[in-house]
Amino acid sequence: MPLAEVEPKIVAFFCNWCSYAGADLAGTSRIQYPPSVRIIRVPCSGRVNPRFILRAFQLGADGVLVAGCHPGDCHYSTGNYFSRRRLSLLRRFLAYLGIDERRFRVRWISASEGPRFAETVKEMTEELRQLGPAQKVAATSVD
Amino acid sequence: MKRVGVFLCWCGSNIAAHVDLDRVQEMSEDLGNVVHVQQNKYMCSEPGQETVRKAIQRHGLDRVVIAACSPRMHERTFRRTVEGAGLNPYLLEIANVREHCSWVHPDKETGTPVAIDLVRTAVAKAVQDVPLQSSYAGVEKRALVIGGGIAGIQAALDIAGSGYEVVLVEREPTIGGRMAQLDKTFPTLDCSSCILTPKMVEVSQDPRIRLLTYAEVESLAGYVGNFEARIRLKARSVDFVKCTGCGDCWNKCPYRTPGEFDLGLGKRKAIFIPFPQAIPSKPTIDRDTCAYFQKNGKCQVCKKFCQAGAIDFEQTDEILEEKFGAVVVATGFDLWDHARYGEYGAGEHPDVISSLELERLLSASGPSDGHLKRPSDGREPKRVVFIQCVGSRDEAKGVGYCSKICCMYTAKHAIMLKEKIPDSQAFVFYIDVRTPGKNYEEFYRRATVEAGAQYIRGRVSRIYLRGKQLVVVGEDTLLGQKVEVEADLVVLASAVVSRADAPQVAQKLGFSYDNYGFFTEAHPKLAPVETNTAGIFLAGACQGPKDIPETVAQAGAAAAKVVRLFAKDKLETEPMVARVDPEHCAGCQWCRPICPYQAIGMETLTERPGGRRVTRRVARVNTSLCHGCGACSVACRSGAMNLLGFSNEQLWAEVEALCL
Amino acid sequence: MKVAYYPGCSSHGSAADYDRSARVVAGALGLGLVEVPDWNCCGASSAHALDHQLALDLAGRNLALAAQLDLGGVVTPCAACYSRLNRAHQWLGEDRRRWLDLAARVERPYRDVGKPRSLLELVVGAIGLPAVAERVRRPLQGLKVAAYYGCLMLRPPEVARFDDPENPRSMDDLLRTLGANPVRWGHKTECCGASLSVSRPELVRKLVDDILDNAAAAGAECLATACPMCQANLEQRRSADRTMPAYYFTDLAGLAFGFSPVDLGIAMHLDSSLHPLLSQGQGGDRP
Repeated sequence: MPLAEVEPKIVAFFCNWCSYAGADLAGTSRIQYPPSVRIIRVPCSGRVNPRFILRAFQLGADGVLVAGCHPGDCHYSTGNYFSRRRLSLLRRFLAYLGIDERRFRVRWISASEGPRFAETVKEMTEELRQLGPAQKVAATSVD
Repeated sequence: MKRVGVFLCWCGSNIAAHVDLDRVQEMSEDLGNVVHVQQNKYMCSEPGQETVRKAIQRHGLDRVVIAACSPRMHERTFRRTVEGAGLNPYLLEIANVREHCSWVHPDKETGTPVAIDLVRTAVAKAVQDVPLQSSYAGVEKRALVIGGGIAGIQAALDIAGSGYEVVLVEREPTIGGRMAQLDKTFPTLDCSSCILTPKMVEVSQDPRIRLLTYAEVESLAGYVGNFEARIRLKARSVDFVKCTGCGDCWNKCPYRTPGEFDLGLGKRKAIFIPFPQAIPSKPTIDRDTCAYFQKNGKCQVCKKFCQAGAIDFEQTDEILEEKFGAVVVATGFDLWDHARYGEYGAGEHPDVISSLELERLLSASGPSDGHLKRPSDGREPKRVVFIQCVGSRDEAKGVGYCSKICCMYTAKHAIMLKEKIPDSQAFVFYIDVRTPGKNYEEFYRRATVEAGAQYIRGRVSRIYLRGKQLVVVGEDTLLGQKVEVEADLVVLASAVVSRADAPQVAQKLGFSYDNYGFFTEAHPKLAPVETNTAGIFLAGACQGPKDIPETVAQAGAAAAKVVRLFAKDKLETEPMVARVDPEHCAGCQWCRPICPYQAIGMETLTERPGGRRVTRRVARVNTSLCHGCGACSVACRSGAMNLLGFSNEQLWAEVEALCL
Repeated sequence: MKVAYYPGCSSHGSAADYDRSARVVAGALGLGLVEVPDWNCCGASSAHALDHQLALDLAGRNLALAAQLDLGGVVTPCAACYSRLNRAHQWLGEDRRRWLDLAARVERPYRDVGKPRSLLELVVGAIGLPAVAERVRRPLQGLKVAAYYGCLMLRPPEVARFDDPENPRSMDDLLRTLGANPVRWGHKTECCGASLSVSRPELVRKLVDDILDNAAAAGAECLATACPMCQANLEQRRSADRTMPAYYFTDLAGLAFGFSPVDLGIAMHLDSSLHPLLSQGQGGDRP
């Protein structure tokens, strides 16, 4: 399969307190996962503006992954509740934009869930391989 | 054009074995704005840091990117490094090429492209970095402690003992709280008053503690280090300066009413001290009972007998405005109202009482002088049924949680019962007996073995009257049988619940509370005495059910947090906070409810476009309150709100760099 | 006010006395009871025990018939009917598609006309105690009554949704309004034995005796019930030495309103004796 040879690229937004630390834990535990994910550190999943996600898709990202603390565990007490609502709305909007919603995932990953993080990347990478590379959207800015 | 320096750390072989750093260097050198690239075996070592400092100076770098381990590891280290070379510490970015790359990818072939992406992204972000400054605010080194129970008392004593001023505010006319109402304490059977009253006296005598009883905090404004409280001192109709606390007034007062301190089981006068060891030991007139206030100035017996001339019927409430650097909230708990259980008689049987009422009936200073008599006819009860989990662990009718202290105090009650009435028999209906705590299980064993309490595992379905006889019907789930126990007295271990007005208190003071009205700690594990508002701390059962030792420990911890705050003369604020661009702010206030810290206020701007004077309202972030989560920056419709350190421009640049 | 009246089988048989006093009292309170035409079994006892869907459909058909009267909600004097009608009403309320399914099965359209109410619920609720107080002609002179609620009028609470299931007070309040003195007692909601009366009479005898004894220990002079099944068991299944009379709450209301025991069908009770406080001034003085 020629598709599988090109590694998909996942732009990931990870909250500093839980998910970024979870990804660090996968590292210190030496858990191997596909070299597809690139993590952008944010203080909180509630900091992730949907426009960042749309910009990534516009520029041809094969997938976008947002991860934050589990509901109830937010370092800032409520940030992930806002992102949960906001991003589930965004998911519905993606289809309207012609972006396959399977390319977009939101996961709650705690600082102790290194394996879960690696598993998420594996699953998502596999799915993106099946979907094939994403198309760059016309270069007009969404800003 | 920025001058970015990129520093590639080998981390021994940790990074170097899985990433071809020479290729990363080549790529980095080709990036715009990058003027210098350098490798080092251990960048975090002192020589490694020195190479960074030297390079900054030699090449005139104004941005630094270090590709190394996770920023959670050494970001602080490297911020100091660049600061040492005269650069603003926030002009540094770290590419996490170890945890997120070399350690999770098997070889250079897979690792290198990832590292290249991460470095390029970090450079793109660094180009957008701006220098950030911490700001400093002074600290008002006085603490406000709200609630004069054992939690508030302990916190006040600990803070005062460290040399700081404390104002202790208590709503009732005396301090002492729930602990003062108890007879004995578990598991030592210490007399509660005997160990509490010395602390109460200590509070009244400590020159650094200002005690305000019969007072309530009306509002709290400001932020950590600089709170402003409005405190209402309710009119007591007694001039405390003149009053000697001789007791003539309350001895002579002809009007009686059921006393709150004795939960209505005993009576007090209209002018009263709640109990003999009350602090302050000076009386208060309850205007709802006093004939002077209820019958148009009649009576005045207290005034006639007061030789000090301290009675002042004209006294009015006083408002006090004070500044504080920190607040300890210790407002305590209530008991669940068992009248909501119809099957337990809906509060209509006088001999079905709460455990706190039993404490008063057992107490030597209680309404029956320590002789256990049942309320209906004053008879000594011989058969006493204790029911556990009344309201607790009952999601259908009560609360879902375990109230934590009931198993232990019921064991205490069973022991006390046997001690007071040797030919009595205690029956305890329980779901589980929970005794985690030092000497707790042993104490429970004492109740069963020595005091002979009969523990019956199961719930009570009904308490009814057979003629005048109370009958308790339940199930013994171990035997699988229905049991009926004739009882002279039934004691309900009602759930520990939050104060009825806890939500209003939390809203007034500005922190959060849970579904049950208990105040929420900032983190369940790592910040159990902090609230999510900096400078406000929690102590005691207002945060959740607790026994006395736990309460005292938490109060001490809260005091330590306050003292830690007061040890500094200036508070440094986190520079990575939200900032409003007033040019773009439309004043919609959409950002305000989303902020978990109430850090966003409004200010009025005056502008003169074309010579006309125009005022408009815009948002303003209080940087002392902001924690830098960035939720507001996403909620902002006009893009006026930004988060320094993780700005829109920085994140945008990162996305674009990644998707090249 | 007119309401659809679902009498249930007892009211046309063993509890014809209850039906009579219910109609008299309702009339006196200005409440028109319009009997649901062509009503059928409510689905209690046998249907309920054998086929839940059939039991729901039986009650559902009665609700559909009552809705066709276009009088607002339906009222029933019987606690068992009350429970079945409410269960069906709730089941139908959960999913509107069930309305069509039911309509197809019972060949009647179904429409939700509100929660089915018991006669007691209607009297203390929609009519209200002040209206009752106004109608009292012969107050019950402090007669000590044990208000007995039984089970199905209150339980399961999520079905009955009426009064406190563990410590009901509505009938006590009504009796107090009538001039009686309701006693505080422990067996307000104990089981009367219900239909075990037929299969295990000895067991029911014990339950009934316990109820009567507890009422007597509390100083009660008589019992008041709001259910034909309870009434039948309390009268029939007691040991011979128990003598406390059991009245329907409508009997006591009717007497307080000035009606005669004959008007109210009290004479049809197994124990038709009247407490002396109740028999004073019997005869004329009809309102």
